[in-house]
Amino acid sequence: MVPELGHFSLILAFCLAVVLGTIPLIGASTGNRLWISLARPLATGLFVFLSLCLLVLGYSFVTDDFSVMFVAQHSNSLLPLQYKVTAVWGGHEGSFLFWTWMLSGWMLAVCIFSKAMPDDFVARVLSIMGLIAAGYTMFMIATSNPFDRVLPISPADGADLNSALQDFGFIIHPPSLYMGYVGFSVVFAFAIAALISGRLDSAWARWSRPWANAAWAILTIGIALGSWWAYYELGWGGWWAWDPVENPPMINWLIGTALIHSLAVTEKRGVFKSWTVLLAIMAFAASLLGTFITRSGLLTSVHAFASDPTRGVYILGFLGFVIGGSLLLFAFRAPLMKSEFGFAAISREVFLLINNIILVVASAAILLGTLYPMVYQAVSGGELISVGPPYFNIIFVPLMSVLVIFLGMGSVSRWKKTSLGYLKKQLLIVAAAALVLGLALPLALTLEFSFGATFATALGLWVVLGIVQDIRLKSANKPNLLAGLKSLAVSYYGMQIAHFGFAVILMGAGLTSIYSIEKSVLLSPGQTVGLGRYEFLFEGTEHLSGPNFEAERATFQVIRDGSFVRELHPEKRVYTASRTPSTEMAIDAGFTRDLFITLGEERDSGAWSMSLYIKPFVRWVWLGAILMAMGAIVAVTDKRYRRLKARTLEKQSVSSAVKDKTLQPAS
Amino acid sequence: MSRLKLFIPVIVFFVLALMLWRGLSLDPRTLPSVLIDKPLPEFSLQTVELGDRVVGKADLPDEPFLLNIWGSYCLPCLQENPILMAAAEENLVPIVGVNYKDKLNLAQLWLDDNGSPFEFSILDESGRLGIDLGVYGAPETFVVDGNGVIRYKHIGVIDYETWEDEIKPAIAAVKAESTQ
Repeated sequence: MVPELGHFSLILAFCLAVVLGTIPLIGASTGNRLWISLARPLATGLFVFLSLCLLVLGYSFVTDDFSVMFVAQHSNSLLPLQYKVTAVWGGHEGSFLFWTWMLSGWMLAVCIFSKAMPDDFVARVLSIMGLIAAGYTMFMIATSNPFDRVLPISPADGADLNSALQDFGFIIHPPSLYMGYVGFSVVFAFAIAALISGRLDSAWARWSRPWANAAWAILTIGIALGSWWAYYELGWGGWWAWDPVENPPMINWLIGTALIHSLAVTEKRGVFKSWTVLLAIMAFAASLLGTFITRSGLLTSVHAFASDPTRGVYILGFLGFVIGGSLLLFAFRAPLMKSEFGFAAISREVFLLINNIILVVASAAILLGTLYPMVYQAVSGGELISVGPPYFNIIFVPLMSVLVIFLGMGSVSRWKKTSLGYLKKQLLIVAAAALVLGLALPLALTLEFSFGATFATALGLWVVLGIVQDIRLKSANKPNLLAGLKSLAVSYYGMQIAHFGFAVILMGAGLTSIYSIEKSVLLSPGQTVGLGRYEFLFEGTEHLSGPNFEAERATFQVIRDGSFVRELHPEKRVYTASRTPSTEMAIDAGFTRDLFITLGEERDSGAWSMSLYIKPFVRWVWLGAILMAMGAIVAVTDKRYRRLKARTLEKQSVSSAVKDKTLQPAS
Repeated sequence: MSRLKLFIPVIVFFVLALMLWRGLSLDPRTLPSVLIDKPLPEFSLQTVELGDRVVGKADLPDEPFLLNIWGSYCLPCLQENPILMAAAEENLVPIVGVNYKDKLNLAQLWLDDNGSPFEFSILDESGRLGIDLGVYGAPETFVVDGNGVIRYKHIGVIDYETWEDEIKPAIAAVKAESTQ
């Protein structure tokens, strides 16, 4: 009975979404106040009914209702409670429901935080998001209903959640990734609403910016969590593999990064409008494409055992309708967008444009690498090839290096026009310092020259020292440094924190790729192996019984330069129920290096095979991501947005009265 | 003209969507490799079993053999291992492995645990040889003749049915040719 309530709510949610996707949109075009005012209640109702769906599905998991097919496939009566709850997003149907619920959550947020925007604009935004929700709910009802039953003979127990997913990372990684993904739908809806109404002004850009920043920050965290999870769970010490499932979020992130920068230019200077709109559409297209790729089984079709082509066709049709429609609208409406101001060949606008182009080229290259095997196959009539990490690294590393060089120049330069002499004066010292320190620091640390390490450190320092230089410049005309620091805007700090985070990732990724060392050995108890400056003494193993597994637990003493550092305990487990073996690696995490041991097999001689890794600076990759997300969140909290919102509202009511007389309505 | 430029994004998008749609309707399992009837690519790589020794094309058997792409992370490889083991025990055909995008120690453990049907396994940690071979993912199996020319390719796991109906006849055909 309860699952049917969920099913019923889903149908109701679909109906609400259809009404929301049409009535307020028409109302906004015809000026019908009543129809416009329906948008907020309808969006709230959609959120309520989708929440109900989610609660019902969660309830079915918690109460072990195996007559629900989705529950039977992804849970088991012995599964710990936290995984029963999170198994909701452990499979296709549930994660789609979760995704749609997230969308309605963002809609609710738009309802709440849009008091300062004109009602017709908010109605259009919610209506467009309502159309997307209608597409998703219809998809669920038609092809992937999470409430489908197995009746009359229901299984006695469930098939269990994939054991690789029974981990803390699974609880937090998918929600944050989805939330970031879906967040770009808000910016997309803002852009489409602006295209329809023809009001692509800097107020539109200002309204969009906090949403774009929030979505981008959450997506950043989601990707970083995925990388961290892969690192500690998969046991080979890697943190990024250019996997076809990893690439779509990365593409989305790169376009999102371009978008938040382009929005800044549009807000401040009133230029790049069509480019910003195009990026908003592309960012959302990338998130839809990500869904398509991971959900249709397109890329994994050789190895997927139960992919359903009708789902792929549906998502593709939806993609064609939403994105194709948006791009057509863009093509017809873009001529309306006129840049209000010009800018010189050397100016912040130009540097940001270059950065934007690099980011888009990088994402296009990743998209090409991800889809190329399939596209090649479609074009050549069936021949297969594969594209691996070497391709992605060859493209990505140089592009990011160039990006970083322009990042440093862009953040010091000024809007509209910057003289070359000024740039040289401010940046030559930064460049020189970055080069000297980049050469000196790795040398001092390792006593040997490595071009890669020098390059990565110098690039990172170029950004960091550039930030210092910029803050020094900006506070130069204040009586003292403190007063200067106080005078800077919150959003400025947000930007610099995020840029600093980017520099940290850059150095971390570069240095860990270059300096990581590993060794695979066979050790008997009592033997010692040296790796880098560390020695590992293998003391032996002991048997251990866990709640649902049997384990061999090894003890290692880690010794550095003759002094004891700590003990590490990697484990080899066999889960009792499924008889699946699993390796629990031991990690000693540190700011400058991680030590990492994975246990292999015991040999007849009593010796154990094992792998040891030292991964310097690997934490910096995730630390940098956290800093970037923090920076974006700090920028969102800038009071400027709220204050300006209130002010523009007053201005608008005045200026729109003027506009009505002078300009013809846009639609 | 400048107005027409604005239609470029939508055109690019629809071309991409068309290809995705075609991609959906293709079944990669039935598709032959580009490399059928072409010689194996050159390579120079270490192996899982032979320590520091580097092997190349010259080290491959000069009779018909199977080239099997596998990895310790690959569940279907575990599934087809007994079939390959049986074939190796019967001396039906020599089998050379390509350990694809794996780690040496994990590969060694896997062979210790499950048994090795391979003469040796070429260590393709970076996946470079896999790219040259047009590998989509493990497992894949190539039938190569005595002159090092690829004659047949099977994508995905080998079960008893495919072994009897596809791989065995392919081996027999290549062998019959070489005795002529």
